[in-house]
Amino acid sequence: MIRSDVLKSLIPVISDHLVVCNIGLPSQEMHMLDDQPNNFYMLGTMGLASSIGLGVALAQSEKVIAIDGDGSVLTNFGTLPTIANNVADNFILLIIDNGSYGSTGDQPTYAGMKTSLAAVATACGCETVIECQAEDAAETVQAALDSDKMTIIVCKCQSGNIKVPVIQMDPVVIRDRFMKEIQARNG
Amino acid sequence: MSVDKKIVADLVNNKVEFVTTVPCKQLAGVIDEIEKCPDIYHIPSNKEDEGMGLCAGAFMGGKRPAIIMQNTAIGVTINTLVTLTQFYRMPLPMLISYRGEVGEPVACQVEMAVHTKALLAQLNIPTYHFHHEDDVNELDGILAHAFMSNKPVAILTDASFWKGY
Repeated sequence: MIRSDVLKSLIPVISDHLVVCNIGLPSQEMHMLDDQPNNFYMLGTMGLASSIGLGVALAQSEKVIAIDGDGSVLTNFGTLPTIANNVADNFILLIIDNGSYGSTGDQPTYAGMKTSLAAVATACGCETVIECQAEDAAETVQAALDSDKMTIIVCKCQSGNIKVPVIQMDPVVIRDRFMKEIQARNG
Repeated sequence: MSVDKKIVADLVNNKVEFVTTVPCKQLAGVIDEIEKCPDIYHIPSNKEDEGMGLCAGAFMGGKRPAIIMQNTAIGVTINTLVTLTQFYRMPLPMLISYRGEVGEPVACQVEMAVHTKALLAQLNIPTYHFHHEDDVNELDGILAHAFMSNKPVAILTDASFWKGY
């Protein structure tokens, strides 16, 4: 399975939750598969999906799933100690780890070589860290949602991309409808 | 009231409830006050662009954010300020220690100080320079301005404002 297959398998599990989605193809794939106001698409700023997701989770009570990539987590490694030390039990960080920078031409990342992101997250102090295979992603995310515990999931999958259109929605529209959805859900 | 306490009181008065910090010697007192303040969630960040991501999330989650950092961070965060904070039109008061101005003992800090205002001007970020202690009285209005306009604003606080090191 490649990332777009993983995302497709996740739709029934994450569709009703707040989702912060990583820059590039992951956001474009989510937008194509299941566009809705509870999705926040990053159009730029590589690396910050986990930070934005944690900020949303700490500021309100609804569950938040940040969909990140191995390359982006490597870009913003400082995020893992911050997450570990600011526990938000309504937060799930799902790192789709295909061992490559998918949006830029599948150049290999260190996460596909010697570096284990799950081991790094554990070393940073994250208490619930699960590494799973692509086929088990939906079940693993559902279990994390049910657990009411902040969970870091490293989902290993194959490298590869499908053709998807770029997101043409205005960033302020993406942000505004996401905020209105959050306000409505928090009553 | 000390300058540190006044700054935190103004943050609270403007309903700022989420503050991320990357430390600076000049800002140590205000960071201590933020840590002690029961109305503010203080989340230290490891790098300023990470902090701006946290602030963007907190804002969308319904909490007014602010970041406290050194002016060296302007060099670190230009991409984030442009493609996240400004592109999505989000407010972000940035309380910045303006290292490298008169009174600075560390020569290397001057190298970034000479670029600080030019970079902020290039980014069209409203910029305020606190030089005298009384300048702190402008903070309340500047914070309101940031949240009214949905823009990042920079408050540069130099060595004279902090009365040395």
